[in-house]
Amino acid sequence: MHQLLQQVFSGLAAGAIYASLALALVMIYRATDLVNFAQGEMAMFSTYIAWTLVNAELPFWAAFVITLAVSFVGGMLIERIVIRPVENAPILTAVVVTIGLLLIFNATAGWIYSYTLQEFPSPFPDRPLFGALMTTRDMGVIAVTLVMLVALFCFFRFTATGLAMRAAAQNPESARLSGINVGRMLALGWGFAAAIGAVAGIMVAPVLFLDPNMMSGVLLYAFTGALLGGITSPVGAVIGGLIVGVTENLVGTYLIASQLKLTVALILIIIVLVFRPNGLFGTAVVRRV
Amino acid sequence: MAAILELRAVKAFYGQSEVLHGIDLVVEEAGMTVLLGANGAGKTTTLRAICGMVRSEGAILFGGHRLERCTTEQIAGFGVAHVPEGRGTFIGLTVEENLRIGGYTAAGRPDEKIQLMYGYFPILAQRRRQQAGALSGGEQQMLAIARALMMSPRLLVLDEPSFGLAPRVVEAIFAIIERIRREQQVSVLLVEQNASLALEMADRAYLLETGYVVSSGSAKMLADDPQIRRSYLGY
Repeated sequence: MHQLLQQVFSGLAAGAIYASLALALVMIYRATDLVNFAQGEMAMFSTYIAWTLVNAELPFWAAFVITLAVSFVGGMLIERIVIRPVENAPILTAVVVTIGLLLIFNATAGWIYSYTLQEFPSPFPDRPLFGALMTTRDMGVIAVTLVMLVALFCFFRFTATGLAMRAAAQNPESARLSGINVGRMLALGWGFAAAIGAVAGIMVAPVLFLDPNMMSGVLLYAFTGALLGGITSPVGAVIGGLIVGVTENLVGTYLIASQLKLTVALILIIIVLVFRPNGLFGTAVVRRV
Repeated sequence: MAAILELRAVKAFYGQSEVLHGIDLVVEEAGMTVLLGANGAGKTTTLRAICGMVRSEGAILFGGHRLERCTTEQIAGFGVAHVPEGRGTFIGLTVEENLRIGGYTAAGRPDEKIQLMYGYFPILAQRRRQQAGALSGGEQQMLAIARALMMSPRLLVLDEPSFGLAPRVVEAIFAIIERIRREQQVSVLLVEQNASLALEMADRAYLLETGYVVSSGSAKMLADDPQIRRSYLGY
Protein backbone atom coordinates (compact mmCIF):
# COMPACT_ATOMS: atom_id res chain seq x y z
CA MET A 1 0.00 0.00 0.00
CA HIS A 2 2.78 2.37 0.94
CA GLN A 3 4.59 1.66 -2.30
CA LEU A 4 1.41 2.17 -4.28
CA LEU A 5 0.81 5.59 -2.75
CA GLN A 6 4.43 6.50 -3.35
CA GLN A 7 4.04 5.63 -7.01
CA VAL A 8 0.81 7.60 -7.26
CA PHE A 9 2.44 10.71 -5.83
CA SER A 10 5.51 10.51 -8.01
CA GLY A 11 3.12 9.91 -10.91
CA LEU A 12 1.31 13.11 -9.98
CA ALA A 13 4.58 15.04 -10.03
CA ALA A 14 5.38 13.73 -13.50
CA GLY A 15 1.74 14.27 -14.47
CA ALA A 16 1.93 17.92 -13.40
CA ILE A 17 4.68 18.43 -15.96
CA TYR A 18 2.69 16.64 -18.67
CA ALA A 19 -0.32 18.71 -17.67
CA SER A 20 1.60 21.96 -18.18
CA LEU A 21 2.80 20.97 -21.61
CA ALA A 22 -0.63 19.61 -22.50
CA LEU A 23 -2.09 22.96 -21.52
CA ALA A 24 0.36 24.71 -23.83
CA LEU A 25 -0.72 22.40 -26.67
CA VAL A 26 -4.39 23.08 -25.99
CA MET A 27 -3.87 26.85 -25.92
CA ILE A 28 -2.36 26.84 -29.37
CA TYR A 29 -4.87 24.32 -30.66
CA ARG A 30 -7.78 26.47 -29.53
CA ALA A 31 -6.29 29.64 -30.92
CA THR A 32 -5.09 28.35 -34.29
CA ASP A 33 -6.60 24.84 -34.72
CA LEU A 34 -3.08 23.55 -34.90
CA VAL A 35 -1.17 20.90 -32.96
CA ASN A 36 2.20 22.47 -32.27
CA PHE A 37 4.66 19.62 -32.70
CA ALA A 38 7.49 22.00 -31.80
CA GLN A 39 6.07 22.61 -28.31
CA GLY A 40 8.46 20.13 -26.67
CA GLU A 41 11.55 21.40 -28.45
CA MET A 42 10.59 25.00 -27.66
CA ALA A 43 10.42 23.99 -23.99
CA MET A 44 13.78 22.22 -24.28
CA PHE A 45 15.37 25.32 -25.78
CA SER A 46 13.92 27.47 -23.00
CA THR A 47 15.43 25.07 -20.47
CA TYR A 48 18.85 25.54 -22.07
CA ILE A 49 18.42 29.29 -21.65
CA ALA A 50 17.66 28.74 -17.96
CA TRP A 51 20.67 26.41 -17.71
CA THR A 52 22.95 29.04 -19.24
CA LEU A 53 21.68 31.66 -16.80
CA VAL A 54 22.10 29.37 -13.79
CA ASN A 55 25.64 28.53 -14.92
CA ALA A 56 26.29 32.27 -15.09
CA GLU A 57 25.79 32.23 -11.30
CA LEU A 58 22.31 33.77 -11.38
CA PRO A 59 20.03 32.72 -8.51
CA PHE A 60 17.71 29.93 -9.64
CA TRP A 61 14.44 31.85 -9.41
CA ALA A 62 15.89 34.89 -11.17
CA ALA A 63 16.94 32.60 -14.01
CA PHE A 64 13.46 31.06 -13.93
CA VAL A 65 11.70 34.40 -14.33
CA ILE A 66 14.06 35.66 -17.04
CA THR A 67 13.65 32.39 -18.95
CA LEU A 68 9.87 32.70 -18.81
CA ALA A 69 10.02 36.26 -20.09
CA VAL A 70 12.43 35.37 -22.91
CA SER A 71 10.30 32.36 -23.86
CA PHE A 72 7.15 34.49 -23.90
CA VAL A 73 8.70 36.98 -26.31
CA GLY A 74 10.21 34.12 -28.33
CA GLY A 75 6.83 32.44 -28.65
CA MET A 76 5.25 35.67 -29.88
CA LEU A 77 8.04 36.13 -32.42
CA ILE A 78 7.59 32.58 -33.70
CA GLU A 79 3.90 33.28 -34.29
CA ARG A 80 4.65 36.56 -36.08
CA ILE A 81 7.50 35.32 -38.25
CA VAL A 82 6.78 31.67 -38.95
CA ILE A 83 3.12 30.88 -38.27
CA ARG A 84 1.35 34.01 -39.53
CA PRO A 85 2.48 33.60 -43.16
CA VAL A 86 0.77 30.18 -43.27
CA GLU A 87 -2.30 31.32 -41.34
CA ASN A 88 -4.62 30.84 -44.29
CA ALA A 89 -2.76 27.93 -45.82
CA PRO A 90 -4.12 24.36 -45.62
CA ILE A 91 -3.73 22.84 -42.16
CA LEU A 92 -1.07 20.36 -43.32
CA THR A 93 1.16 23.24 -44.38
CA ALA A 94 1.01 24.67 -40.88
CA VAL A 95 1.66 21.24 -39.36
CA VAL A 96 4.73 20.81 -41.54
CA VAL A 97 5.90 24.25 -40.41
CA THR A 98 5.71 23.20 -36.75
CA ILE A 99 7.61 20.00 -37.56
CA GLY A 100 10.21 22.16 -39.26
CA LEU A 101 10.41 24.26 -36.11
CA LEU A 102 10.91 21.08 -34.10
CA LEU A 103 13.92 20.13 -36.23
CA ILE A 104 15.33 23.67 -36.18
CA PHE A 105 15.18 23.91 -32.39
CA ASN A 106 16.57 20.42 -31.91
CA ALA A 107 19.48 20.94 -34.29
CA THR A 108 20.22 24.45 -33.05
CA ALA A 109 20.32 23.27 -29.45
CA GLY A 110 22.63 20.39 -30.43
CA TRP A 111 24.85 22.78 -32.35
CA ILE A 112 25.14 25.32 -29.53
CA TYR A 113 25.07 23.05 -26.49
CA SER A 114 26.09 19.63 -27.94
CA TYR A 115 24.15 16.41 -27.45
CA THR A 116 25.80 15.41 -24.17
CA LEU A 117 23.61 15.13 -21.09
CA GLN A 118 23.87 18.10 -18.74
CA GLU A 119 22.96 18.12 -15.10
CA PHE A 120 20.25 20.64 -14.26
CA PRO A 121 19.84 21.87 -10.69
CA SER A 122 16.55 21.46 -8.88
CA PRO A 123 15.39 24.41 -6.81
CA PHE A 124 13.88 22.04 -4.28
CA PRO A 125 15.81 19.95 -1.74
CA ASP A 126 15.35 16.20 -2.00
CA ARG A 127 13.90 15.19 1.36
CA PRO A 128 11.23 12.62 2.20
CA LEU A 129 7.83 13.99 3.14
CA PHE A 130 4.80 12.50 4.93
CA GLY A 131 6.63 9.35 6.09
CA ALA A 132 8.44 8.95 2.75
CA LEU A 133 5.19 8.98 0.77
CA MET A 134 6.62 11.66 -1.47
CA THR A 135 9.67 13.89 -1.71
CA THR A 136 9.90 17.64 -1.26
CA ARG A 137 11.04 17.75 -4.86
CA ASP A 138 7.82 16.18 -6.15
CA MET A 139 5.88 18.47 -3.85
CA GLY A 140 7.74 21.48 -5.28
CA VAL A 141 6.97 20.50 -8.87
CA ILE A 142 3.29 20.03 -8.07
CA ALA A 143 3.17 23.35 -6.21
CA VAL A 144 4.80 25.32 -9.05
CA THR A 145 2.39 23.78 -11.54
CA LEU A 146 -0.60 24.55 -9.35
CA VAL A 147 0.43 28.18 -8.88
CA MET A 148 0.86 28.54 -12.62
CA LEU A 149 -2.52 26.96 -13.37
CA VAL A 150 -4.33 29.17 -10.87
CA ALA A 151 -2.60 32.26 -12.26
CA LEU A 152 -3.59 31.30 -15.81
CA PHE A 153 -7.15 30.54 -14.78
CA CYS A 154 -7.48 33.95 -13.11
CA PHE A 155 -5.98 35.66 -16.13
CA PHE A 156 -8.42 34.08 -18.58
CA ARG A 157 -11.39 34.35 -16.27
CA PHE A 158 -11.04 37.81 -14.78
CA THR A 159 -9.05 40.09 -17.10
CA ALA A 160 -10.25 41.92 -20.21
CA THR A 161 -7.25 40.67 -22.21
CA GLY A 162 -7.92 37.08 -21.14
CA LEU A 163 -11.53 37.38 -22.23
CA ALA A 164 -10.47 38.96 -25.52
CA MET A 165 -8.09 36.04 -26.14
CA ARG A 166 -10.89 33.55 -25.57
CA ALA A 167 -13.19 35.53 -27.87
CA ALA A 168 -10.54 35.72 -30.60
CA ALA A 169 -9.99 31.97 -30.43
CA GLN A 170 -13.70 31.25 -30.61
CA ASN A 171 -14.96 33.61 -33.30
CA PRO A 172 -12.16 35.64 -34.90
CA GLU A 173 -14.43 37.58 -37.27
CA SER A 174 -16.83 38.68 -34.58
CA ALA A 175 -13.89 39.50 -32.29
CA ARG A 176 -12.50 41.84 -34.97
CA LEU A 177 -15.88 43.52 -35.30
CA SER A 178 -15.73 44.13 -31.56
CA GLY A 179 -12.42 45.92 -31.99
CA ILE A 180 -10.16 43.09 -30.80
CA ASN A 181 -6.82 42.79 -32.59
CA VAL A 182 -7.01 39.07 -33.29
CA GLY A 183 -3.45 38.80 -34.60
CA ARG A 184 -2.11 40.24 -31.36
CA MET A 185 -4.20 37.76 -29.35
CA LEU A 186 -2.82 34.83 -31.34
CA ALA A 187 0.71 36.06 -30.73
CA LEU A 188 -0.06 36.38 -27.03
CA GLY A 189 -1.36 32.81 -27.06
CA TRP A 190 1.91 31.55 -28.52
CA GLY A 191 3.80 33.59 -25.95
CA PHE A 192 1.85 32.03 -23.11
CA ALA A 193 2.26 28.54 -24.56
CA ALA A 194 6.02 29.02 -24.85
CA ALA A 195 6.27 30.28 -21.27
CA ILE A 196 4.15 27.41 -19.92
CA GLY A 197 6.36 25.01 -21.85
CA ALA A 198 9.43 26.62 -20.31
CA VAL A 199 8.06 25.90 -16.83
CA ALA A 200 7.51 22.27 -17.81
CA GLY A 201 11.03 21.98 -19.22
CA ILE A 202 12.67 23.52 -16.17
CA MET A 203 10.69 21.27 -13.84
CA VAL A 204 11.46 18.07 -15.74
CA ALA A 205 15.13 18.75 -16.48
CA PRO A 206 16.48 17.83 -12.99
CA VAL A 207 14.85 14.40 -13.38
CA LEU A 208 15.60 13.62 -17.02
CA PHE A 209 18.90 15.53 -17.40
CA LEU A 210 19.15 18.17 -20.07
CA ASP A 211 19.84 17.25 -23.67
CA PRO A 212 18.29 18.32 -26.99
CA ASN A 213 16.07 15.21 -27.11
CA MET A 214 14.88 15.57 -23.52
CA MET A 215 11.32 16.55 -24.35
CA SER A 216 10.44 14.05 -27.08
CA GLY A 217 8.99 11.53 -24.62
CA VAL A 218 7.44 14.24 -22.47
CA LEU A 219 5.69 15.75 -25.50
CA LEU A 220 4.17 12.37 -26.31
CA TYR A 221 2.82 12.03 -22.77
CA ALA A 222 1.58 15.62 -22.87
CA PHE A 223 -0.11 15.02 -26.20
CA THR A 224 -1.79 11.93 -24.73
CA GLY A 225 -2.95 14.02 -21.78
CA ALA A 226 -4.33 16.74 -24.03
CA LEU A 227 -6.14 14.19 -26.17
CA LEU A 228 -7.51 12.38 -23.13
CA GLY A 229 -8.84 15.70 -21.85
CA GLY A 230 -10.38 16.44 -25.22
CA ILE A 231 -7.75 18.68 -26.95
CA THR A 232 -9.99 21.77 -26.68
CA SER A 233 -10.42 21.82 -22.91
CA PRO A 234 -7.77 23.46 -20.69
CA VAL A 235 -9.19 21.77 -17.59
CA GLY A 236 -9.28 18.51 -19.50
CA ALA A 237 -5.64 18.90 -20.49
CA VAL A 238 -4.58 19.30 -16.87
CA ILE A 239 -6.62 16.35 -15.62
CA GLY A 240 -5.59 14.28 -18.64
CA GLY A 241 -1.93 15.06 -18.00
CA LEU A 242 -2.22 14.00 -14.37
CA ILE A 243 -4.01 10.77 -15.31
CA VAL A 244 -1.32 9.96 -17.85
CA GLY A 245 1.42 10.62 -15.27
CA VAL A 246 -0.11 8.34 -12.67
CA THR A 247 -1.05 5.62 -15.17
CA GLU A 248 2.38 5.61 -16.71
CA ASN A 249 4.03 5.32 -13.32
CA LEU A 250 1.78 2.55 -12.01
CA VAL A 251 1.89 0.49 -15.19
CA GLY A 252 5.67 0.94 -15.33
CA THR A 253 6.03 -0.23 -11.74
CA TYR A 254 3.62 -3.14 -11.59
CA LEU A 255 2.88 -4.40 -15.08
CA ILE A 256 5.68 -3.87 -17.55
CA ALA A 257 9.35 -2.97 -17.64
CA SER A 258 9.83 0.77 -17.30
CA GLN A 259 11.60 0.88 -20.68
CA LEU A 260 8.22 0.14 -22.22
CA LYS A 261 6.43 2.99 -20.44
CA LEU A 262 6.18 5.12 -23.55
CA THR A 263 4.05 2.40 -25.11
CA VAL A 264 1.43 3.15 -22.47
CA ALA A 265 1.01 6.62 -23.89
CA LEU A 266 0.58 5.28 -27.42
CA ILE A 267 -1.95 2.68 -26.30
CA LEU A 268 -3.87 5.36 -24.41
CA ILE A 269 -3.97 7.52 -27.55
CA ILE A 270 -5.43 4.63 -29.52
CA ILE A 271 -8.01 3.85 -26.82
CA VAL A 272 -9.12 7.49 -26.62
CA LEU A 273 -9.37 7.89 -30.38
CA VAL A 274 -11.34 4.68 -30.81
CA PHE A 275 -13.73 4.87 -27.88
CA ARG A 276 -14.01 8.55 -26.97
CA PRO A 277 -12.66 10.82 -29.72
CA ASN A 278 -13.94 13.90 -27.87
CA GLY A 279 -11.92 12.95 -24.80
CA LEU A 280 -13.20 13.27 -21.26
CA PHE A 281 -14.03 16.98 -21.35
CA GLY A 282 -14.08 17.93 -25.03
CA THR A 283 -17.85 17.93 -25.28
CA ALA A 284 -19.33 19.92 -28.13
CA VAL A 285 -20.48 23.43 -27.25
CA VAL A 286 -24.24 23.79 -26.92
CA ARG A 287 -25.54 25.32 -30.10
CA ARG A 288 -29.07 26.21 -31.05
CA VAL A 289 -29.86 27.49 -34.50
CA MET B 1 -28.49 66.96 -41.66
CA ALA B 2 -24.82 66.12 -41.83
CA ALA B 3 -23.72 62.74 -43.13
CA ILE B 4 -22.03 60.45 -40.61
CA LEU B 5 -21.15 57.85 -43.22
CA GLU B 6 -20.65 58.44 -46.91
CA LEU B 7 -19.75 55.97 -49.65
CA ARG B 8 -18.48 57.40 -52.94
CA ALA B 9 -18.21 55.13 -55.96
CA VAL B 10 -17.37 52.13 -53.81
CA LYS B 11 -16.43 48.92 -55.54
CA ALA B 12 -15.93 45.68 -53.63
CA PHE B 13 -14.26 42.45 -54.60
CA TYR B 14 -14.30 38.79 -53.64
CA GLY B 15 -10.94 37.65 -54.93
CA GLN B 16 -10.76 38.94 -58.50
CA SER B 17 -14.46 39.33 -59.13
CA GLU B 18 -16.10 42.69 -58.63
CA VAL B 19 -19.43 42.44 -56.83
CA LEU B 20 -20.17 46.11 -56.10
CA HIS B 21 -19.82 48.37 -59.11
CA GLY B 22 -19.56 51.87 -57.66
CA ILE B 23 -22.06 52.47 -54.88
CA ASP B 24 -22.93 55.95 -53.55
CA LEU B 25 -24.62 55.97 -50.19
CA VAL B 26 -25.21 58.31 -47.24
CA VAL B 27 -26.23 57.70 -43.64
CA GLU B 28 -27.26 60.84 -41.83
CA GLU B 29 -26.39 61.80 -38.26
CA ALA B 30 -28.89 60.07 -35.94
CA GLY B 31 -30.75 58.84 -39.01
CA MET B 32 -31.72 55.41 -40.18
CA THR B 33 -30.86 54.25 -43.68
CA VAL B 34 -32.11 50.97 -45.06
CA LEU B 35 -30.64 48.87 -47.87
CA LEU B 36 -33.16 46.83 -49.82
CA GLY B 37 -32.71 44.33 -52.57
CA ALA B 38 -33.01 40.69 -53.53
CA ASN B 39 -30.57 37.99 -52.48
CA GLY B 40 -27.20 38.54 -54.13
CA ALA B 41 -27.82 42.23 -54.77
CA GLY B 42 -24.77 43.18 -52.68
CA LYS B 43 -26.39 44.38 -49.45
CA THR B 44 -24.27 42.31 -47.10
CA THR B 45 -21.20 43.00 -49.21
CA THR B 46 -21.81 46.75 -48.82
CA LEU B 47 -21.84 46.32 -45.05
CA ARG B 48 -18.75 44.13 -45.17
CA ALA B 49 -16.94 46.72 -47.26
CA ILE B 50 -17.76 49.43 -44.72
CA CYS B 51 -16.22 47.30 -41.96
CA GLY B 52 -13.11 46.35 -43.89
CA MET B 53 -14.06 42.70 -44.27
CA VAL B 54 -13.76 42.65 -48.06
CA ARG B 55 -11.35 44.45 -50.37
CA SER B 56 -12.85 47.70 -51.64
CA GLU B 57 -12.03 50.71 -53.81
CA GLY B 58 -13.48 54.21 -53.82
CA ALA B 59 -14.00 56.30 -50.70
CA ILE B 60 -15.73 55.28 -47.48
CA LEU B 61 -15.83 58.33 -45.22
CA PHE B 62 -16.64 58.13 -41.54
CA GLY B 63 -15.81 60.86 -39.04
CA GLY B 64 -12.76 62.04 -40.99
CA HIS B 65 -11.46 58.48 -41.49
CA ARG B 66 -11.04 56.68 -44.81
CA LEU B 67 -12.45 53.30 -43.80
CA GLU B 68 -11.40 51.52 -46.99
CA ARG B 69 -7.80 51.88 -45.79
CA CYS B 70 -8.40 50.63 -42.24
CA THR B 71 -8.55 47.21 -40.61
CA THR B 72 -11.77 45.83 -39.20
CA GLU B 73 -10.66 46.28 -35.58
CA GLN B 74 -9.62 49.90 -36.24
CA ILE B 75 -13.02 50.63 -37.78
CA ALA B 76 -14.71 49.12 -34.73
CA GLY B 77 -12.54 51.39 -32.60
CA PHE B 78 -13.81 54.46 -34.50
CA GLY B 79 -17.33 53.65 -33.32
CA VAL B 80 -18.84 51.47 -36.04
CA ALA B 81 -20.66 48.54 -34.45
CA HIS B 82 -21.55 45.83 -36.93
CA VAL B 83 -23.95 43.02 -36.04
CA PRO B 84 -23.08 40.56 -38.81
CA GLU B 85 -25.16 37.97 -40.58
CA GLY B 86 -25.52 35.06 -38.18
CA ARG B 87 -25.23 37.48 -35.26
CA GLY B 88 -21.57 36.79 -34.38
CA THR B 89 -22.43 35.38 -30.97
CA PHE B 90 -19.56 33.93 -28.93
CA ILE B 91 -21.51 30.76 -28.23
CA GLY B 92 -19.04 29.27 -25.76
CA LEU B 93 -18.98 32.35 -23.53
CA THR B 94 -21.65 33.45 -21.09
CA VAL B 95 -24.14 36.19 -21.93
CA GLU B 96 -22.36 38.63 -19.65
CA GLU B 97 -18.94 37.78 -21.12
CA ASN B 98 -20.37 38.49 -24.58
CA LEU B 99 -21.39 41.92 -23.38
CA ARG B 100 -17.98 42.54 -21.83
CA ILE B 101 -16.35 41.81 -25.19
CA GLY B 102 -18.60 44.46 -26.70
CA GLY B 103 -17.18 46.91 -24.16
CA TYR B 104 -13.59 45.97 -25.01
CA THR B 105 -12.75 49.13 -26.98
CA ALA B 106 -15.06 51.59 -25.25
CA ALA B 107 -13.76 53.86 -22.52
CA GLY B 108 -15.21 53.75 -19.04
CA ARG B 109 -16.38 50.94 -16.79
CA PRO B 110 -18.36 48.24 -18.60
CA ASP B 111 -20.49 47.37 -15.55
CA GLU B 112 -22.71 50.43 -15.78
CA LYS B 113 -23.30 49.89 -19.47
CA ILE B 114 -24.08 46.23 -18.89
CA GLN B 115 -26.80 47.31 -16.44
CA LEU B 116 -28.13 49.71 -19.08
CA MET B 117 -28.34 46.81 -21.58
CA TYR B 118 -30.14 44.66 -19.01
CA GLY B 119 -32.61 47.55 -18.79
CA TYR B 120 -33.23 47.42 -22.55
CA PHE B 121 -33.26 43.62 -22.66
CA PRO B 122 -34.43 42.20 -19.30
CA ILE B 123 -34.31 38.64 -20.65
CA LEU B 124 -30.52 38.92 -20.95
CA ALA B 125 -30.25 39.78 -17.25
CA GLN B 126 -32.08 36.57 -16.43
CA ARG B 127 -29.71 34.58 -18.59
CA ARG B 128 -26.49 36.40 -17.77
CA ARG B 129 -24.61 33.32 -16.52
CA GLN B 130 -25.79 31.00 -19.31
CA GLN B 131 -23.74 29.99 -22.32
CA ALA B 132 -24.78 32.31 -25.14
CA GLY B 133 -25.15 29.36 -27.51
CA ALA B 134 -28.07 28.11 -25.43
CA LEU B 135 -30.15 31.23 -26.08
CA SER B 136 -33.05 31.21 -28.53
CA GLY B 137 -32.65 32.96 -31.88
CA GLY B 138 -34.47 36.08 -30.72
CA GLU B 139 -32.47 36.24 -27.51
CA GLN B 140 -29.26 35.86 -29.46
CA GLN B 141 -30.29 38.73 -31.72
CA MET B 142 -30.95 40.88 -28.65
CA LEU B 143 -27.58 39.86 -27.26
CA ALA B 144 -25.91 40.77 -30.56
CA ILE B 145 -27.51 44.23 -30.56
CA ALA B 146 -26.67 44.73 -26.90
CA ARG B 147 -23.08 43.63 -27.57
CA ALA B 148 -22.84 46.18 -30.38
CA LEU B 149 -24.30 48.93 -28.19
CA MET B 150 -21.71 48.16 -25.51
CA MET B 151 -19.21 49.75 -27.92
CA SER B 152 -21.01 53.11 -27.51
CA PRO B 153 -21.12 53.27 -31.29
CA ARG B 154 -21.85 56.30 -33.43
CA LEU B 155 -23.07 54.04 -36.22
CA LEU B 156 -24.91 50.77 -35.74
CA VAL B 157 -24.76 48.42 -38.73
CA LEU B 158 -27.39 45.68 -38.68
CA ASP B 159 -27.48 42.82 -41.17
CA GLU B 160 -30.99 41.34 -41.27
CA PRO B 161 -31.83 41.45 -37.58
CA SER B 162 -35.20 39.82 -38.33
CA PHE B 163 -33.68 36.76 -40.00
CA GLY B 164 -35.30 33.53 -38.83
CA LEU B 165 -37.33 35.15 -36.06
CA ALA B 166 -41.03 35.03 -35.31
CA PRO B 167 -42.96 38.19 -36.34
CA ARG B 168 -43.71 39.11 -32.75
CA VAL B 169 -40.04 38.88 -31.79
CA VAL B 170 -39.13 40.97 -34.84
CA GLU B 171 -41.54 43.69 -33.76
CA ALA B 172 -40.09 43.73 -30.25
CA ILE B 173 -36.54 43.99 -31.57
CA PHE B 174 -37.37 46.78 -33.99
CA ALA B 175 -39.19 48.70 -31.27
CA ILE B 176 -36.05 48.55 -29.16
CA ILE B 177 -33.81 49.58 -32.06
CA GLU B 178 -36.06 52.59 -32.63
CA ARG B 179 -36.01 53.48 -28.93
CA ILE B 180 -32.23 53.19 -28.69
CA ARG B 181 -31.79 55.31 -31.78
CA ARG B 182 -33.84 58.11 -30.23
CA GLU B 183 -32.35 57.84 -26.74
CA GLN B 184 -28.71 57.45 -27.69
CA GLN B 185 -28.68 59.46 -30.95
CA VAL B 186 -26.96 56.60 -32.74
CA SER B 187 -27.20 56.37 -36.53
CA VAL B 188 -28.34 53.09 -38.04
CA LEU B 189 -27.58 51.38 -41.33
CA LEU B 190 -29.92 48.47 -41.82
CA VAL B 191 -30.15 45.60 -44.28
CA GLU B 192 -33.58 44.06 -44.12
CA GLN B 193 -35.69 41.57 -46.07
CA ASN B 194 -38.87 42.79 -44.44
CA ALA B 195 -39.15 45.85 -46.70
CA SER B 196 -42.45 47.27 -45.44
CA LEU B 197 -41.28 47.26 -41.83
CA ALA B 198 -37.91 48.70 -42.77
CA LEU B 199 -39.36 51.50 -44.91
CA GLU B 200 -41.72 52.42 -42.12
CA MET B 201 -38.83 52.96 -39.70
CA ALA B 202 -36.11 54.37 -41.93
CA ASP B 203 -35.72 57.91 -43.24
CA ARG B 204 -33.54 57.05 -46.24
CA ALA B 205 -33.61 53.98 -48.44
CA TYR B 206 -31.46 52.50 -51.19
CA LEU B 207 -32.46 49.74 -53.55
CA LEU B 208 -29.63 47.52 -54.77
CA GLU B 209 -29.67 45.23 -57.79
CA THR B 210 -26.67 43.12 -58.81
CA GLY B 211 -24.13 45.49 -57.33
CA TYR B 212 -25.68 48.79 -58.44
CA VAL B 213 -27.89 51.31 -56.65
CA VAL B 214 -30.98 51.39 -58.86
CA SER B 215 -33.13 53.64 -56.74
CA SER B 216 -32.60 55.88 -53.73
CA GLY B 217 -34.30 58.62 -51.80
CA SER B 218 -36.44 59.17 -48.76
CA ALA B 219 -38.00 56.02 -47.37
CA LYS B 220 -41.43 57.48 -48.00
CA MET B 221 -40.63 58.08 -51.67
CA LEU B 222 -39.47 54.51 -52.19
CA ALA B 223 -42.47 53.14 -50.32
CA ASP B 224 -44.75 55.04 -52.72
CA ASP B 225 -42.91 53.98 -55.87
CA PRO B 226 -45.32 51.61 -57.67
CA GLN B 227 -42.59 49.40 -59.05
CA ILE B 228 -40.94 48.94 -55.67
CA ARG B 229 -44.30 48.27 -54.14
CA ARG B 230 -44.94 45.52 -56.63
CA SER B 231 -41.50 43.91 -56.36
CA TYR B 232 -40.67 44.29 -52.68
CA LEU B 233 -43.80 45.14 -50.77
CA GLY B 234 -46.17 42.84 -52.58
CA TYR B 235 -49.17 45.13 -53.03
